[in-house]
Amino acid sequence: MPGAEVEATESSVAEATASTIVESGALDDAATQMLARLEAELGDAIVEHGATYGDVVVRVRPDAWRRTATFCKEELGCDYLSFVSAIDWMPTPAIVDEGSGDTSTPAQPKETTYGVAGSGGRFQVFAIVASTRGAHQRVVLKTDLDDAQPHIESWVPVYPGADWHERETWEMFGIVFDGHPALRHLYLPFEFEGHPLRKDYPLLAREVKPWPGLVDVEPMPGEDSDDTDAAAVEAS
Amino acid sequence: MTTGTELPPPNLPGGVGQLPEVHLDPQMLRQLAEAQVNVELDTGDMILNLGPQHPATHGTLRLVVRLDGERVIAADPVIGYMHRGYEKLTEYRTYPQITTLINRIDWLSSFANEVPFIAGAEMLMGIEAPPRAQYIRTILTELSRIATFLLFLGEMGLQVGAITPAFYGFRDREYVLNLIEAVTGGRFHPNFNRIGGLKDDLPWGWNSDTRTTMRKVLESCDEFENLVVGNPIFEQRTRSIGIIPADLGAAYGVSGSNIRASGVDWDLRRDGNPHLPYNEIEWKVWTHPDGDSFARYWVRLQETRESARMVLQLIDQMPSGPIMSKVPRIIKVPEGEVWVNTENPLGEMGYYIVSKGATGPFRVKIRSASFSNVSILPWMLRGVYVPDIITILASLYFILGDIDR
Amino acid sequence: MGLISSGNSPKPLTWLLNYSRKYSLWMFQWGLACCAIEMGAALAGPRYDVMRLGVIPFPASPRQADLIVISGTVTDKMAPAIKRLYEQMPDPKYVISMGSCANCGGPYWDSYSVTKGVDQIIPVDVYVPGCPPRPEAFIQGIVMLQERIQNENPSERWRATQRDPIVVG
Repeated sequence: MPGAEVEATESSVAEATASTIVESGALDDAATQMLARLEAELGDAIVEHGATYGDVVVRVRPDAWRRTATFCKEELGCDYLSFVSAIDWMPTPAIVDEGSGDTSTPAQPKETTYGVAGSGGRFQVFAIVASTRGAHQRVVLKTDLDDAQPHIESWVPVYPGADWHERETWEMFGIVFDGHPALRHLYLPFEFEGHPLRKDYPLLAREVKPWPGLVDVEPMPGEDSDDTDAAAVEAS
Repeated sequence: MTTGTELPPPNLPGGVGQLPEVHLDPQMLRQLAEAQVNVELDTGDMILNLGPQHPATHGTLRLVVRLDGERVIAADPVIGYMHRGYEKLTEYRTYPQITTLINRIDWLSSFANEVPFIAGAEMLMGIEAPPRAQYIRTILTELSRIATFLLFLGEMGLQVGAITPAFYGFRDREYVLNLIEAVTGGRFHPNFNRIGGLKDDLPWGWNSDTRTTMRKVLESCDEFENLVVGNPIFEQRTRSIGIIPADLGAAYGVSGSNIRASGVDWDLRRDGNPHLPYNEIEWKVWTHPDGDSFARYWVRLQETRESARMVLQLIDQMPSGPIMSKVPRIIKVPEGEVWVNTENPLGEMGYYIVSKGATGPFRVKIRSASFSNVSILPWMLRGVYVPDIITILASLYFILGDIDR
Repeated sequence: MGLISSGNSPKPLTWLLNYSRKYSLWMFQWGLACCAIEMGAALAGPRYDVMRLGVIPFPASPRQADLIVISGTVTDKMAPAIKRLYEQMPDPKYVISMGSCANCGGPYWDSYSVTKGVDQIIPVDVYVPGCPPRPEAFIQGIVMLQERIQNENPSERWRATQRDPIVVG
């Protein structure tokens, strides 16, 4: 289910003064205007757009990735780069059995679903840019990548700070950034093999050894062991 | 590392001078990082390796600098000596377990790391912490900010060569840690936030203890001002050293006091959506136009004072009521994505949480402030003298856990 | 010294040597992570001052240190550096593993880049558990180490290949 792809209506300003509850899918005026300007400039390079809790989410075609960055920096005034990273939409492999009642590890769904503004495949690069002036608007930009050979244009000529973010994304996901000055290891030792944040990279220690906090499992005081949910109390 | 040919040269006192243009190809960069020093070098240059164990680098940061005499030609920070794989670990843990873990990202201001994550989970669930819990969260965040900055104020003096401020910093930090410990049970790494509120209420007598301590903090800020800021040696060591221009800093992602010291009037407590009652008290955002190391020290000093005043106001205005809203025992956060960022002591920290309805998230992208703050070092350290490297590192104030996650 | 390696050191001399060694432990500054802040509070903070026990945190070079405190998470990238620095220290040397990350990997035991305890690389004399351990716990570790040093037979330590670690708490 592609998440909160609700139409952004101008009239729904979600924040009350003291309340912090923001409805998913509602955008305020500044965000709506920004979305309109993005649509006007990029046209059909925008594959899909959505909103998540007050933030505009825009998914663009991969060939328009750097063009979007330039437009955001120069025209929209988003001079601040928050981060560039990636998501691997393959379902998380399960490391505990379903019926064992072990709630120490979350049981993620086995179907592949995509988030807000959807996705074209397994890998998706996303970034957030914001503005330090004026209305302080920000926008979440996403783009899809090839599954077999993921690569995308680099943002370094536009936002020099993307240098390290792209190095990290390459190291963790194996996504190549074309035009990056030197894609090399940032966090991991140079002889490390594999891309750890891919979902098919196994976390070996968890597969071999169970969660240590599972030893003493007893119900909370004043409660029976036949509760509605699984009664395993995880060490919190 | 960008070779710097497209970026403007750093602002240095006396200009950049006869700095040779250096193009380091990826092969040479890789060899520098792997510490294989049998590299073909031009005569006259020296490669100096600072770290990863070094008293002045705040932890396990390694800087490989190429020197021409005493001036830096090129610098390459090698990080990852504290990389613990947070983002992979969050995929295999439930929300309460993650709260325990993310305390340790920025290990000096631990409470402040939990707040955006918990706020994001609460947004996804559509619940809100009660007002009293929000006030206590704000107070504890500001206390963490004061604790971190007191350490910074003491320790930057130490890096520049003054040993006394370090003792003052540690001593005053102990008072604030006592307060945090009285509430949460832990000096740092409190693990006190829960989805929907907090674990416990404030103990009896805490308000008056806090008032006394905040007054002590204000006095010790005055001490720091006399001791360090007014010191001509300190001024000479830090004025015009390490200037970050505002637009370049923003393009690199520099945030927090570092960018405010370059004149950018931007504070996420006022300009973002902090999910905390900052708009109900009176406070001021401090900026400084210079953008050098002195400005960064000065801004943090003023922010410490401001935080102490904020805490005094928050205690006076604190509402009564419950501290935890009704949540189910085993928490499953509904499907969705949310981005929450707050003004942490080091800068902008944010979590992009992708949830698929399980008891733990699907993917959490942790945006940590020091990562971007340190990425500007290759640009900033060109042409700088070796002692000034230490001053710049101290003034940027990063925490290795925040860089490496 | 010939006396120690041959095992013929007289008891008063051994007592005197041990006494002077235990009260002049020079500690190599090795702070990795959060535990380093607690160690710093123990060392530099006037409240938990550890210099009164004779532990002096000055040497920045391992060649002049006889105590190393591994405080914080040990990653696989950092492990060779720790090994090299440990080997640079002259004997007799002692290792305190402070915090659960250094003891056994701690909260990151299942991570792909964390070494599950520093005892996989170097032999440890004292384990101080906690996350982070309070400065008082760290000082207890130092005091227990000092007691052990006082009662130690230096020849046996010279020849020993195994360590018998103390666990605090």
